[in-house]
Amino acid sequence: MKISVNGQAHEVDVAPDTPLLWVVREKLGLTGTKFGCGIAQCGACTMHVNGSPTRTCMLPVAAVAGAEITTIEGIGTEAGLHTVQEAWIAEQVPQCGYCQSGQIMSAVALLDSNPNPTDDDINQAMSGNVCRCGMYSRIRSAIKRAASGDVAIYDPKANQTPSEVNHG
Amino acid sequence: MGKWTRRGFITAGVVGGVALVVGVAIRPGNQNSKVAKYVSGDGESLVNIWVKIDESNHVTAIVPHSEMGQGAQTVLAQMLADELDAKWEDVSFIEAPAEDAYANYPLGKGFILGETRLPEVLVGSVDGLFQTVANALHLQMTGGSYSIRGTGVYGMRVAGAAAREMLLEAAAAEWSVPVASLTASEGFISDGSQSAPYSAFAAAAGQLQPPYTPKLKSADQFTIMGHDKPRLDIPAKVDGTAVFGIDAEVEGMVYATVMAAPIFGAGVKSIESNKALAMPGVIDVVNLDDAVAVVADSYWTAKKALAEVQVEWQQVSAGAVDSDKIFAQFQADITEAIAEGNVKSDRDQGDSGAAFKAANRVVGREYRVPYLAHACMEPMNALASVKDGVCEVWTGSQNPLGFKYDIAAALEMDADNVTVNNHTMGGGFGRRSTSDAAIQAARIARSVKLPVKLIWSREEDIQHDTYRPAVISRFRAALDASGQPTAWENQYVDKHGPAEAPLIPYAIANQSVGSVESPTHVPFGAWRSVDHSQHGFFTESFMDELAVEAGQDPFEFRLLKLKGQPRHSKVLALAAEKGNWTAPLGEGQGRGIAFQESFGSLVAEVVEVTVRDGQVKVDKVTVVVDPGFAVSPDGLTAQMESGVIYGLTAAMYGEISIQDGRVMQSNFDSYPMVRMDSAPVIETHIVNSMEAWGGAGEPGTPGIAPALTNAIYAATGTRIRELPVSKYDLNVDFVEQNNISG
Repeated sequence: MKISVNGQAHEVDVAPDTPLLWVVREKLGLTGTKFGCGIAQCGACTMHVNGSPTRTCMLPVAAVAGAEITTIEGIGTEAGLHTVQEAWIAEQVPQCGYCQSGQIMSAVALLDSNPNPTDDDINQAMSGNVCRCGMYSRIRSAIKRAASGDVAIYDPKANQTPSEVNHG
Repeated sequence: MGKWTRRGFITAGVVGGVALVVGVAIRPGNQNSKVAKYVSGDGESLVNIWVKIDESNHVTAIVPHSEMGQGAQTVLAQMLADELDAKWEDVSFIEAPAEDAYANYPLGKGFILGETRLPEVLVGSVDGLFQTVANALHLQMTGGSYSIRGTGVYGMRVAGAAAREMLLEAAAAEWSVPVASLTASEGFISDGSQSAPYSAFAAAAGQLQPPYTPKLKSADQFTIMGHDKPRLDIPAKVDGTAVFGIDAEVEGMVYATVMAAPIFGAGVKSIESNKALAMPGVIDVVNLDDAVAVVADSYWTAKKALAEVQVEWQQVSAGAVDSDKIFAQFQADITEAIAEGNVKSDRDQGDSGAAFKAANRVVGREYRVPYLAHACMEPMNALASVKDGVCEVWTGSQNPLGFKYDIAAALEMDADNVTVNNHTMGGGFGRRSTSDAAIQAARIARSVKLPVKLIWSREEDIQHDTYRPAVISRFRAALDASGQPTAWENQYVDKHGPAEAPLIPYAIANQSVGSVESPTHVPFGAWRSVDHSQHGFFTESFMDELAVEAGQDPFEFRLLKLKGQPRHSKVLALAAEKGNWTAPLGEGQGRGIAFQESFGSLVAEVVEVTVRDGQVKVDKVTVVVDPGFAVSPDGLTAQMESGVIYGLTAAMYGEISIQDGRVMQSNFDSYPMVRMDSAPVIETHIVNSMEAWGGAGEPGTPGIAPALTNAIYAATGTRIRELPVSKYDLNVDFVEQNNISG
């Protein structure tokens, strides 16, 4: 079976009902996309299928033959990270980081279709992605930062006073 | 009674905090050389085992804690680098290998002594005792919010300062000048006329006796601590290159998945596996006595084949147990223990009996919380290889050294033949301190004689956790004629730790608090903030009810009872101020407040809710935290945000229920989570009181449930005495706001 991932064509020898997630992780060795629930409830396995954010833990590989698949490994360029990834660093979003590939893929797809999302737009696009570390407010901030194009690298001097520090 | 001070620690005769082990290790000719092979490459000198300075003047912090999202490795490196006067850009960290020399003795001490503050005169002997205990328990644990306040304060800072002094001493000898004429800054030593990097003196410093009383910086001298540094682990977590346990790979590995006995404690009676074995790609079906595993050429094949395996499980008496019976057992055991005087006392202050006799009125309440799963985003997994009498495991663990010994014991191997390669964890929260999946992987690998990556399904992960225990807690208060409490009495089932979790900071003259044993067949373990997660809800709910009984505002009521405790009062009052406690609210809205001191940090939370058509929406959470000193203000803020959401998920929806001896929930559809659309705005304010430094990972969690339920009471008049909130029908008429908080 032929699949196209991050612009590269691959021939894979797997049972056609194998979910795309496991083909990409085990056969192509791209382990940035994660397994979280197996029933499309947590979003850790989100990839883009023809540009649409898609849960791949239940998606048979046979269903995506001929489609263009993009994973977390495929959104940056050789020159650097995707704007959304830079915004994620700027907001210091990840804690454990396990869900973040899926979060970032959902956010990239949101901004591709809606460059200036409202809070409601963000709620709608991102509520399929669970973050057990609870970094939702930072994810929201990072999406807005990416939308604004303000992705200056993290500035450690921006907030520092050893006496009383307010993070409003 | 003095605190367990650094001075006390050093009078015990060691340097380096985590450290007694380090102290032993650092002795010339002792374990130093044994450890050196793990951290010292060619051309590098080992200054001491917590810091390595290489030829290019690069400083490596050797941090004995694993990363599960809390950012501790970066923060610990900050603590070391600041005291060392290293240049931050030239500092990195590696995780200490799973070796005895890194056994985490302060954590063991914290767990076992329950944070008891010791008379200084005893510190030496107790430290000695606990070094022995920690070594015996093979602790190398990340938990108890101990990274900063234990390893950091007693280890990294002391080690950094000691290393700096040794480097200065070596430089003074080399240049034949007095130490006092030298300054150290950004990794260089200068005497005013010449300057050289630390690396030039590293070898000589390594020969020196470490100072037992290195001088630590005062806060105004900090250049790295108290300042936000970007977490070193984050870049790899945004581009997919971070390697979690589930991503580990070795040549020739195959895949496995597992099904444990649905009823805890049951074993395999018989297995019918012919159909599974006939499926293409299936390698074997392995009987693990209390579980059955399928090994195949892919996870998907293993999962499909496992569904075709027919297992008959042994009948066990636990098969008749359900949640209602467990709670009934708890109630009966509490009642019996009170009647028979078998309550194990946590606190017996004043004369409660007399106060109840003299009471104008007595108020009694009972609260309960269910079992909870951890539900780490990364399901349990481990890759294992067993070959030629040597076992190697790749997994994410909060306790890699403990895993090593657990695996060795399970395989009846010498621990020297077991290696645990630890990975960054996709969530830990206490779950990854238990080695069950790693042991399974090792047993399966030994059975099939191939490297095996075992991955649990989410269903297995939810149904075979080490659960946050279900608890019932019973209260009585004696009230005087004005409605003020004169006595506080509390009995609850099962105590795990920290010991002080059920104790209140409030000035109520007579207090009697204690636990009752009531074991069940459900496996339990540490869950973010451990006993504080339950007792925070219980005690702060009952306090709120007593405020109502006294006719006082819940914030004012608490504040009056914190008189004489300025640190506590400040945190509570600032939470009320920042949380706009007195600002008017709309219909169906309410505010709740809660206070909890845990893991050395003081936290007050104010929650604002809107309840409409029976639906609770958490609008805003205001957190005030006094950790003594925030080493990483943004990291602490992130931990508060995380602790709040973790606790909010539990309070709103979290319930593991038992029926016929087994867990009913199985995945995120039946064990729901707070998501983006239900996540409140969280505002964190930090107070640096400069008191003893506390933890960050857990203290944000205990206060959120009671602040939430107290807010729901303010909004609706419905008092939540059993979690989760989703059990309640809140579709009721609103009560007048000023009845509650006016």
